[in-house]
Amino acid sequence: MREIPTQAIVDAVRDAAIRANIELGADVVEALQRAAEYEESDVGKDILAKLLENAGIARDEKIPICQDTGVAVLFVELGQSVSLTGDLIQALEEGIREGYQEGFLRKSVCDPFTRENTGDNTPIIVHLNLVPGDRLRIWVVPKGGGSENMSRLFMLPPAAGWPGIKEKIVQTVADAGPNPCPPTIIGVGIGGNFEQSAILAKKSLLRTLGTPNPDARLARMEEELLTAINRTGVGPQGLGGRVTSLAVHILTMPCHIASLPLAVNIQCHASRHVEIVL
Amino acid sequence: MDTECHLTTPLSVGDVESLRAGDRVTITGIVYTARDAAHRRLLELIDAGTELPIPIEGQVIYYVGPSPAPPGRVIGSAGPTTSYRMDPFAPRLLELGLRGMIGKGKRSKEVIEAMVRYKGVYMAAIGGAGALMAKAVKAARVVAYEELGPEAIRELKVERLPVVVVNDTLGNDLYQEGQEKYRMADG
Repeated sequence: MREIPTQAIVDAVRDAAIRANIELGADVVEALQRAAEYEESDVGKDILAKLLENAGIARDEKIPICQDTGVAVLFVELGQSVSLTGDLIQALEEGIREGYQEGFLRKSVCDPFTRENTGDNTPIIVHLNLVPGDRLRIWVVPKGGGSENMSRLFMLPPAAGWPGIKEKIVQTVADAGPNPCPPTIIGVGIGGNFEQSAILAKKSLLRTLGTPNPDARLARMEEELLTAINRTGVGPQGLGGRVTSLAVHILTMPCHIASLPLAVNIQCHASRHVEIVL
Repeated sequence: MDTECHLTTPLSVGDVESLRAGDRVTITGIVYTARDAAHRRLLELIDAGTELPIPIEGQVIYYVGPSPAPPGRVIGSAGPTTSYRMDPFAPRLLELGLRGMIGKGKRSKEVIEAMVRYKGVYMAAIGGAGALMAKAVKAARVVAYEELGPEAIRELKVERLPVVVVNDTLGNDLYQEGQEKYRMADG
């Protein structure tokens, strides 16, 4: 057994939450730069240039890339040989609480009915899996409301097949238009069940932009979807252009013989996630 | 079009009638921030005939919930939130003389019609460019609903806040025009 002290978890999550909101990942910056070269619309090119300028300001002046510093989503892989000295979930929450306070990040969590702000950006959303080994891996994924609100889940009939899947994904992106702050990254989860498809869709967003799907069949699907999405003409900030999305990522798993669950989790261009390994 | 139109608040009917979808504009002067909850409260006051905490006639509302201001700064990041959430409330404010709304994302048919009827415009700031947008904010103070935290009504003093006109007083829609121009068949 390998002991991981609770304080180490709090500290790492706190630092990751701040870093995720201030430093746009290199893969996202590169994807935006590539998009600026590919984009044909002058307005679109200008927007992409401003997004890159914004990322530079955020990094240099240490203020959030976007004021919506999001709900804290954490993917956690807990090694079975890890011995914890305290409550894991509380440690993760405390890390977020501290990070959002000390990093001057926005508190964006409220009661769903009264809309009263909880004041500290908790509770957090944790997807926890037990894995072999003695490491604790945490991905801190601040997720904003705009893109999340444009995300959709469909329980398709199996007969819909690939054409039905493609139609729903492209429709979702087209209907969303400017709202999720294009250029977007489209996370797709196919299979599993109602809730698992959504988790797969969000998890697919963690893959480094520009790296291909290791499954050749899925890689082809991702490319086909990206081409179709970019033919909608929505463009950067929905003002028209060739680059509506930077990438489509797909994760799948087997599902019920009577079901074809499809989840489309839209990620805005401020794609923020930081990985911690303890 | 490289020319920019520089406007100073409060805006007159003439100011907004001269704007067209696609015009690049900078806003200087006072703008008020308000999101869903603040809009709901404003409308409740209007229905009750009670005085509002902010003027409406001639004003511009920026849909934003800024991140907290670090020491030495007047505001944190301050980019736009998605405007459709304020669609249920906007027509009543336009009727009272609200001249400009700044946000991002499309507006409903009812809001676009109200802009034509009551002479208002909707302008988009760049979503997700919160650090860049914040540079145009020179002062900020909460003027109502402090308990709403990021969703309070703030009075911002802005200098050349860069926006683009999406919906004008003729009912034009830049989102529609832009997408039409670049849509490829069977996309």
